[in-house]
Amino acid sequence: MYFGLSEEQKSLEENIQRFLSDNASLDIIKAVANGDEDKAKEVHKGIIELGLSGLIVPEEYGGLELNMLFATVVSAALGSGTAPVPFAGSYIMSPMAINLAGNAEQKNNWLPKIAGGEVQVGVGISEYVGAREDAGIEFTNGKVSGRSLFVIDGKGADAYILANKSGELYLIDSNNSGIEVVELTTVDKTRTSIELILNDVDAEFLEGSKDKAIIEKVLDAGRLMLAADTVGAAQVMLDKSVAYSLERKQFGRLIGSFQAVKHMCAEMAADLEPCHSMIWHAAHCQDNVPEEARLMACQTKAHISEVGKQVSKTATEVHGGMGFTDELGLHYWFKRIGLNRQLLGSPELVREEAGKLQGFDQ
Amino acid sequence: MDLEYGPQYDDFRAEVINFVKENENTKLTGPARSESRVAWQQKLIDHGYFARSIPKEYGGYGGDMDIIKLRIIAEEFAKSPIPKPAGGQGIQMLVPTLLSLGTEEQKQKYIKPTLRGEILWCQGYSEPNSGSDLASLQTKAELDGDEWVINGQKIWTSTAHLSQMCFILVRTEPDAPKHQGISYLLMPMDAEGIDRRPIKQMTGDSDFNELFLTDVRIPAENIVGKRGEGWKVANATLGHERGSLADPNVTQNRLNSLIDLMKSETIDGQRVIDKPIFRDRLLSIQGRLMAQQSNALRILSSQINKDQDANLAKSIVKLQGTELRHELEGLAIDAMGELGTLYEDSPHLRDEGAWQMTYMYFLGLIIGGGTNQIQKNIISERALGMPKEPKIQGA
Repeated sequence: MYFGLSEEQKSLEENIQRFLSDNASLDIIKAVANGDEDKAKEVHKGIIELGLSGLIVPEEYGGLELNMLFATVVSAALGSGTAPVPFAGSYIMSPMAINLAGNAEQKNNWLPKIAGGEVQVGVGISEYVGAREDAGIEFTNGKVSGRSLFVIDGKGADAYILANKSGELYLIDSNNSGIEVVELTTVDKTRTSIELILNDVDAEFLEGSKDKAIIEKVLDAGRLMLAADTVGAAQVMLDKSVAYSLERKQFGRLIGSFQAVKHMCAEMAADLEPCHSMIWHAAHCQDNVPEEARLMACQTKAHISEVGKQVSKTATEVHGGMGFTDELGLHYWFKRIGLNRQLLGSPELVREEAGKLQGFDQ
Repeated sequence: MDLEYGPQYDDFRAEVINFVKENENTKLTGPARSESRVAWQQKLIDHGYFARSIPKEYGGYGGDMDIIKLRIIAEEFAKSPIPKPAGGQGIQMLVPTLLSLGTEEQKQKYIKPTLRGEILWCQGYSEPNSGSDLASLQTKAELDGDEWVINGQKIWTSTAHLSQMCFILVRTEPDAPKHQGISYLLMPMDAEGIDRRPIKQMTGDSDFNELFLTDVRIPAENIVGKRGEGWKVANATLGHERGSLADPNVTQNRLNSLIDLMKSETIDGQRVIDKPIFRDRLLSIQGRLMAQQSNALRILSSQINKDQDANLAKSIVKLQGTELRHELEGLAIDAMGELGTLYEDSPHLRDEGAWQMTYMYFLGLIIGGGTNQIQKNIISERALGMPKEPKIQGA
């Protein structure tokens, strides 16, 4: 029995963290946030060279064929560095959807290119989780019409995978006619978001997605990536808080020697430390314990979103006025955690789902 | 990641399952220390289901320290109404202390009857003016010939009315700095000069006592460790107490009962669990519990795999576990509303008043065993490396 990360997983995590500290410093994050797309592209190119685009793609299509536990390790590392790159949608959810629900031709067309970092496929399933503004898509006679909001990793994508209300998935080439892309600006400038408006656009059905288990699996994976990203980001906020409290002096003392500040840090640590174990456990269930996987994914997304919110608030407070400034840049982690919380279902929505999974509504 | 215990444990589990099945109808009668309780405790030791890794010569089973076997025993016992091994402060705190720091005579004399449940122990630590600042304790002991003479007052002494012995912290070196002036003594509760007064708690029960000690004489050899080393000796056992106060597997049982309660209680004919806000509160608590269960797996793993670090994971268990449990019990009371305030033997009482009782009891555990504020000091200082509060001169 061993509950924890393997040496291989730990070294992958360290490699990504090292790459990000060398190539995505706070100055670079700030430049990207202020619109420098070239810098974002360089970081993106770097993570492809690390093999992250092919992380879960099967070996026969040129990927590394690693499991969810590896994927959460990567996502946490990207969150810790507020990496300005596409990941959860383009390199986890979309290859998973194509691999599980696509036919041989679709897999051959897309998976090797995703693994090789040649294409990026965005994922729009917000309307399956809970449609805002009555958005949604309809599929008739090989054509898709409608609207999809918050397509993850959709900006600059070569294709999109979208879900209708019953969870069926469609693959759309972004060069097809009838597509209008609306850029959305969220608080989190380290990642992009778009809205798609579709008018009779040619679309391929991913046949396997008739089985609802497919979208559920893709949704679970996406939620775990977001939760892991939050754990990585929140850990950095805690570490920065402790470090700051051991530098900053007031009343002739390090602020870290005041119980008010110590208790804030202890509470963050007490809330956050179990979240590392929870995300590993949830990923392990996705890989090995199907009967527990869904509930664990829902509760992990919900719980870690709550802890992330609390940690990001408290850590900002520990930094005092500096925590509120762009100069210190702590807000990039705060906003990252804020976006993760809402994507693919806020805690209240996801807990509602967790209740249904346990038959509480019966 | 590997959550399997491995096929090499299949035979062992089958053996435990068999024992549990054969003995599940065992009923223990009489008070603590009764013949049937001692016999049952000894039977568990003989089979290696209790005191498993304690050497035979001290009354244990004398087996290897295999964490997974201990886990399997706990899992199978938890599934059945079979009587569980006795606990208490003697078994949880004194025995590990004597095993690592006691003299050979002390081990021979006390461990076996403690394991068998023939000697019950209480803990004489806190004093009216020494609570969170335990090391400031003032009860003193002076050596007079071959006897210690103890004078002072102890408080929050659980089960003192049932115990034959007390492990007690006393000041023996009044001129030394506070942490270096304490000794750890073993005091028979039938010694002359011990006046015990029960403390009635908010629950209505009296689990605690005050002890007034006036010229209590005990043999000089009843000291564990050297003079002035009592703080170190005591700290070896405080960790044992904290970990045992908030086991997430017990909380899981309470959560299951809470779910049943929320399905059976109704408001205007609607089940409480169907009310969205109540259901959301329930699910939030479940999420927090699941995180704590994952944390417990990490701690278990670190006990099996010695190179794995889980210090922070361990240091938060008491804080997180007691707070969660208090909230869980409180949700049950809210789910019952006015009915949740019923107590003692009132008509319409649910579950014999267990929810109110445990709600209050866990507030006691948030305070006891090192208050949760002291826990936050420990987490921030030992796990996060933050500095201690500067000392006030003269304190």
